[in-house]
Amino acid sequence: MDKLISEYEDKLPRKVIDDIRANLPKGINQAKLKKIMDKALGEYENAKVNAGESVGIIAAESIGEPGTQMTLNTFHFAGVAEMNVTLGLPRIIEILDGRKEIKTPIMQIRLKAPYSKGKDIKEFALSIKETKLSEITTEFSISLADSEIEVKLDKEKMKSLNLTNTNVVNSISKQLKGFTIKDNKELIILKSRAKEEALNEVYKAKEKIKDIHIRGVKGISQVLPVKRDDEFIIMTSGSNLSEVLQIDGVDSHRTTTNNIFEIQEVLGVEAARQAIIEEVFNVIENQGLNVDVRHIMLVADTMCVLGMIKGITRYGVVSEKSSVLARASFETPIKHIINAALVGENDTLNSVVENVMLNQPVPIGTGVPKLVTKKK
Amino acid sequence: MKKKFTVDKHILIPKHTKLGDKHKEKLLEKYNISITGLPRILKTDPGIKSLGAKPGDIIKITRKSQTSSEAVFYRVVVDV
Repeated sequence: MDKLISEYEDKLPRKVIDDIRANLPKGINQAKLKKIMDKALGEYENAKVNAGESVGIIAAESIGEPGTQMTLNTFHFAGVAEMNVTLGLPRIIEILDGRKEIKTPIMQIRLKAPYSKGKDIKEFALSIKETKLSEITTEFSISLADSEIEVKLDKEKMKSLNLTNTNVVNSISKQLKGFTIKDNKELIILKSRAKEEALNEVYKAKEKIKDIHIRGVKGISQVLPVKRDDEFIIMTSGSNLSEVLQIDGVDSHRTTTNNIFEIQEVLGVEAARQAIIEEVFNVIENQGLNVDVRHIMLVADTMCVLGMIKGITRYGVVSEKSSVLARASFETPIKHIINAALVGENDTLNSVVENVMLNQPVPIGTGVPKLVTKKK
Repeated sequence: MKKKFTVDKHILIPKHTKLGDKHKEKLLEKYNISITGLPRILKTDPGIKSLGAKPGDIIKITRKSQTSSEAVFYRVVVDV
């Protein structure tokens, strides 16, 4: 019996076969099973999209129509800490345009036990947060006579972050060259090694040391431990997937970010495709709208066919079209036509837009089949 | 503190496998296309790092799909 079912594995999707397997009555005979399988296959073939159907237009309409109902500028404040996340139409545009810099990058860091149970979660979260020198100091001053920079440390803040003077001195000496550093308990004094240091340079250095990285992951500006279901996770604003995945205690298999380009870089195109689908679908669902995932899948697939994310813009997928007329009909027509004329580009009129422009039948639906005659 | 991260097990990454030469021909014949007609994947993609794939290889991707629980997709490895 299993043999008969497995014959259909190439023809039917996995889900249908699993459903049939689970719901078969006991002791069914071969002939009846064959009938069931054939019937299922027939139904499945019927449900498939026909060849030549213009799925792209249908997807565009299906996403676009509910999209008009989305409020233009929706901001959502999640929870008590008021972490700001871009949602709604701006977010969808951001994803589909394939923007590299997104407005509000956030990460969801999943943790391994014991942190996921809530042990030391605050300390753990703080160790991920990026700490700069300016955050643990009360004062930067320049003594004009000796052209030295004095950095006054905030002892209380340092205590809460578990930092010592040596930690700070070490990070400064690593990231700032050409200065001798003296640790004076309350003060850290930086003196330039250059003999005749212009005061101007000292001023510049003073601004520079404010940004010195002391601890944590670069780019993570805010952390917030929250309880989701049965485990604690850390939400962050700011994102740095590759660094966070390497921290001990982070569950590197379930930690995600909302920056699809970062996902592409660290986890690959396939993961990026999956992330696009999930992000877009979540936004649409959050707004209480109902769009079939298949439409979003199609869009995500087009964005990822080339092995890297291309936005739906004139620089992205549209620039990859082979037809000059199709490219010109989207945006910046004159640029495309002039360039095509300069290099003598050919247009084979294989697609839709160019044929519409020339008042010819378009290769869609019944326009696909062509008459072929045999040469004699 | 730092450790090697194995990318393959992340929840977002579907299963990637390299196709043998025999399957390769069969696939191209089945869909009646040349190898350039397939969607691409970069040689440097983190998802296929462990497979050691060369340009021209075909990668079979078994995705978990919301609509059919499992979906198969093919990509050809390309240089940049």
